[in-house]
Amino acid sequence: MTNNDAFVSLVDVSKHFGSVVAVDHLSFTIDSGEFFSLLGPSGCGKTTVLRMLGGFESPTTGEIYIDGTPMSEVPPHHRPTNMVFQNYAIFPHLNVRANIAYGLRYDKIEKAEVARRVEEALEMVKLPGFGKRRSNELSGGQRQRVALARALIKRPKVLLLDEPLGALDKKLREEMQLELRALQESVGITFIFVTHDQEEALTLSTRIAVMARGKALQVASPKDLYNRPVSVEVADFIGQMNFVEAQVIDVRNGEAVLDTAGLGKITTAANSDFIHKDAAIIVAIRPEKLLLSADRQSENQAAVQGTLKTSAYLGDRNHFYVSVEGAERPLAVAATEAEVSGEKPFDHESTVWLSWADNALILLPRD
Amino acid sequence: MNEVSYIDRPNRPLFFYAILYLAFLYIPVLFLPLFSFNDNIYIAFPLKGFTTQWYVAMFNDQPMWAALNNSLRVACVSSAIATLLGLFGAKAVTRYRIPGVKPIIFVIMLPMVVPLIIMGVALLILVTRLGFNLSLYTIAMAHVLISVPFAMATLMSRFEGFDPSMEEASSDLGAGPWSTFWRVTLPMVAPGIVASFLLCFTISFDEFIMAFFLGGTDPTLPIFIWGQLRFPFRLPGVLALGSLILIISFVLVFFALWLRRWGVEDTKSGI
Repeated sequence: MTNNDAFVSLVDVSKHFGSVVAVDHLSFTIDSGEFFSLLGPSGCGKTTVLRMLGGFESPTTGEIYIDGTPMSEVPPHHRPTNMVFQNYAIFPHLNVRANIAYGLRYDKIEKAEVARRVEEALEMVKLPGFGKRRSNELSGGQRQRVALARALIKRPKVLLLDEPLGALDKKLREEMQLELRALQESVGITFIFVTHDQEEALTLSTRIAVMARGKALQVASPKDLYNRPVSVEVADFIGQMNFVEAQVIDVRNGEAVLDTAGLGKITTAANSDFIHKDAAIIVAIRPEKLLLSADRQSENQAAVQGTLKTSAYLGDRNHFYVSVEGAERPLAVAATEAEVSGEKPFDHESTVWLSWADNALILLPRD
Repeated sequence: MNEVSYIDRPNRPLFFYAILYLAFLYIPVLFLPLFSFNDNIYIAFPLKGFTTQWYVAMFNDQPMWAALNNSLRVACVSSAIATLLGLFGAKAVTRYRIPGVKPIIFVIMLPMVVPLIIMGVALLILVTRLGFNLSLYTIAMAHVLISVPFAMATLMSRFEGFDPSMEEASSDLGAGPWSTFWRVTLPMVAPGIVASFLLCFTISFDEFIMAFFLGGTDPTLPIFIWGQLRFPFRLPGVLALGSLILIISFVLVFFALWLRRWGVEDTKSGI
C-alpha cells in the first residue's frame, strides 16, 4: 500500500531495541524535493527513524521505500541517501578535500572530474581555499559545511540531517538555517531533517512530523501545525499555548456551545467528531491571539475580565500573565511593543480585559 | 586566609614518602648498571674500578647473540599475532551489539590474572599430548595467549576513543565494509596498533616461565641469562646485557604509552 506519488515512504515501521520500543508502527510519506523535519523531544525515536532511512538500523517490522524501491535488503553503502551526522564525523586523518572526495571513489569518476566537483562543492558551501585544512583546524560551522559538501557531492536522492545545527551557537545556527534552506531550494534534493528545536523546524520545513514515544502525533506544514494542532500534546510542544477545560453544552447547525473554565460561555464552529453534547474537551488559544486592554473594546467581541498577575519584558514583546476566574492557571498574553504603546502601563493586580477573535480558538480532544 | 590552595601547599611527609617509594622501586634495578661497570668478577662492595670489559665480553658472546635472535623472533611473531587478534576482538566488542559481551571480555582478559606457572604447566601438558615438539613456535603461541589481553586493553581504549559515526559516515558515502576498514578504521586506530605491538613485544621479550616450560633446545634470552647465573664469571656479562635491555625496555614502554594517548583528543567527536 505505498503511495505512488510519495518519494520516501515508511509503511508501518517499528524498531525495537530489546524490550524498548523506539519506533512504534510509524507510517508517513515524503514527496520529492521536500524539506521534511522530524521534530520531537530526545528519546522520541526521530534519530532512529533517520538511521533506518540511512541503513544503520533495520526496522524490526515494516518497510521503507525510497523512490519506489524497498530498502530493507539494501546496505548503507548502496542506498541513494547520504547523511550529515550530528557530530559531522569529519575524518580526522584526511584533509577537507579528501573528506569531500571520499565517496566519489565509489562512483567511478575520473580524477579531473573529482577535482572539479570538489572545488564546486567547496564553492557551494562557501569554503573555497579550505581544501588543505584538517578537521581540527575548522570551527564547528565549517565542519558542518564540510559534512554537508561531503554528502551533497554524492548527489543523493535524499539527504539525511541529524540535528546538524545542534552544536552551533544561536547566531551561527540562525545563519546556517537560512543557508540550509537556500541550499535545499537550489539543489532540489529531498532533505529529511531531525531536530528537537521547534523553532528551527518551523523555520526550515515544508512539512513536519511531530514525534513522541515512537509515534508521529501529527504530520503537517508548519502553518497548519501552529494553527491547527490535532492534540494538546502537539499544541503544547509547538510554541506557547493557553489551555482551558471546557464542557460541550449543545451542538446545533455546526455550532457548539461551550462552557469553559475561564473564558466563559462560547459559541464556536464545531467540525470535529469528538465534539458532541456533554463531551469534555480542551480549548486552546495562543498568547498572541489574546488582546489585552484596560476597558472592554466592544460588546460584540468575546471577552473576559481578569487580574494582571505578572509581566515579563522580552525586548520585542511583552508577556503578561492574567488570572481569570475559573481557569486553573493564569493565561499568557503576548503583546508587541506597538500594541501596548497606546495604553497606559498596566499595574500589577489591576483589572484588565482579554478579548479574542472567534477563529483564534482551537478545540482539542482531552488526552 | 592562606592564599595557596590545599592541593598546592607543600606537604613534607608526603614528599619523603614519595622519595622512599621511588628508592624502593628503582635502587635495586640501578645496581645492574652500577656493577656492570665494576672491575671485579664478584658482585660486592666496595667497587674496584671502572671497566667496560664486561660489555666487550658480552658483544663477543655468540650464544648470547643466538638467544637474543631467538627472543626477537618470538617477540615479533607473537606480538604481531596478538595485535591482529586484539584488533579484531576490540572492534567486535566495541562496535557490535553482541549478547553477553561482558562475559566475553572477561574471558579474553582472564589470562592476565591466571598465574603463569599454572598456564605454563597446562600448556606443556596440552602441547606434548597433541604431539608437538617443544620449540620457539610453542613459546610464541604461549606468548600470544598471554599478550592478547594487553593488546585488547590497548586497542579497546583506542576504539572507544573514536566515534563509531566515522565508520558509519564511510559506509554512508559508499564504502563497503572492507573499504571502510582500510580507509577509516585502520588509519584511526594505527597509533593503538603500534602501541599494542610494542607492549606485547616487551611482554614476550622478558617472559621467562612460558619460555622455560615450553622451550626446546633453542633458548630465548631470559632462559639464556638464567643459564649463565650458574657460572660466577659470567655474571658481570649478564649485568651488562641486563643494563642494555633495561634501557631499551624503558624506551619502548614509554613510547607505547605515549602512542596510546596520541591523537585520541582529535579523533574524539569534539567540536
